[in-house]
Amino acid sequence: MAGTGLKDATAIVGIGQTAFAKRLAEDERTLACRAVLAALDDAGIAPGEVDALASYTMEETDEVELAKAVGFGDLTFFSKVGYGGGGSCATVAHLAAAIASGQATVGVAWRSRKRGSGARPWSNTAVQLPTPGQWTRPFGLLRPADEIAMLTRRYMHEYGATRDHLFNVALACRNRANQNPAAVMYERPLTREMYMTSRWISEPLCLFDNCLETDGALACVVVSRERARDCRRTPVYVHSAAQGLPAQHHGMVNYWNDDPLTGPAWTAARHLWKHADFTPEDVDVAQIYDAFTALIPLSLEGYGFCGRGEGGAFTEQGALEIGGRLPVNTGGGGLSEAYVHGFNLINEGVRQLRGSSTAQVPGAATCLVTAGEGVPTSALLLRS
Amino acid sequence: MLNPVTDTDGAPFWEYAAQGELRVQACADCGEARFPPRPCCPHCQSFASEWRPVSGRGRVWSYVVPHPPLLPDYAEQAPYNVVVVELEELPRIRLVGNVVSRAGAPLGSLDPRRVRIGARVQVVFCDGLPQWVLS
Repeated sequence: MAGTGLKDATAIVGIGQTAFAKRLAEDERTLACRAVLAALDDAGIAPGEVDALASYTMEETDEVELAKAVGFGDLTFFSKVGYGGGGSCATVAHLAAAIASGQATVGVAWRSRKRGSGARPWSNTAVQLPTPGQWTRPFGLLRPADEIAMLTRRYMHEYGATRDHLFNVALACRNRANQNPAAVMYERPLTREMYMTSRWISEPLCLFDNCLETDGALACVVVSRERARDCRRTPVYVHSAAQGLPAQHHGMVNYWNDDPLTGPAWTAARHLWKHADFTPEDVDVAQIYDAFTALIPLSLEGYGFCGRGEGGAFTEQGALEIGGRLPVNTGGGGLSEAYVHGFNLINEGVRQLRGSSTAQVPGAATCLVTAGEGVPTSALLLRS
Repeated sequence: MLNPVTDTDGAPFWEYAAQGELRVQACADCGEARFPPRPCCPHCQSFASEWRPVSGRGRVWSYVVPHPPLLPDYAEQAPYNVVVVELEELPRIRLVGNVVSRAGAPLGSLDPRRVRIGARVQVVFCDGLPQWVLS
């Protein structure tokens, strides 16, 4: 009965977060503790009951530090997922698998990050290049924005996607952030003119195609379906989960793959839908990883919301807005709520299925959450 | 400027480039070319490899124009183009580089508006670094 073990066997029962800002006074470890305690309080579970942890390899607060600071019990499962924002959904997936298989009972996933006030990696020429950088960095392809812009240009060329399509993505996220008091871009509307006249970061990507570097931390709590019934909040079930690292993938600079425009989303999606009781047409709301606007049309194709090359056109006629064909990033996403390596997308997915989002999709019962496209990725299907 | 920090697999590429030669790694058993270099052939799993000379002719597959904030040496030359070039005889081998006005010219020496997807380019070398000029 392959694939039936995880389906709805576990649920997210608590979410927590700190404030999001360009500059927070507290350090990452303190922010992590605050987010984790908030999530446990939301669930109504004592820290001493936690026996499983999952985070990102890029997370600086390690399990030992967190466990002793907030008073976890004995841990029997801990895992770290690689590839930056590609790991977000996999943290929940690992906890779900650990709990469904009996390795643990109460799991916490978290991400704490201070990139809003931290140093920029490109401010220091003395930094040692990772070896894959020998094929890109000497030529001035330095930043993730440059790497994704290269794919974006090719995507626009092959399929006729336009800057207006990218603007549609940026606008949908900003509109939702304008409804969300926790968002960095709350009460800061975006117009087409602002977008089209903004400065370039890496052509064809402009300022508003890029996510916000943010200080902040988030966490969520995962327990078994049975345990979830006794928690304070309505459970949000982990219906399906997948990671995706395609054959011959090369990371963010996937230019050497035979088909660089079918990224890790395609791999994750095949597994995700294979083990789900519903299809893309049944998804009420989606939280799609948006470090850059172009990742959304690429992901819409990868996760099967439209055909190949149709991701740009999909964004037309308000499709991504509330009331549209597929409302996305209803908290504002990485582009306009906060960029905390995509963890805010998980918590917003939970809020939608609890019916408590600041931009609630009426009656939302199913939600796709995705991690970073362009790197080895992960995704979750959540249902109420 | 950032100099390439090479690894065992990549070093021959840079050694040939220092001699003004463009070569790519290929399997010595099945003959499949591969990039970036790696220890083992993903097609036949052979560990035997060779370095195959290529014509140095290619076409622009995609390009970007980075603007500051950038590392200081690059910021001084911005905006400049960065291209991905697909090799004429091995179109699935794609190399990141820059199209410049002539060998040795700075990164921003060519008007970015002259770079187009599909533009034909030819490799040149400057201080061991491959560069590209419009054919």
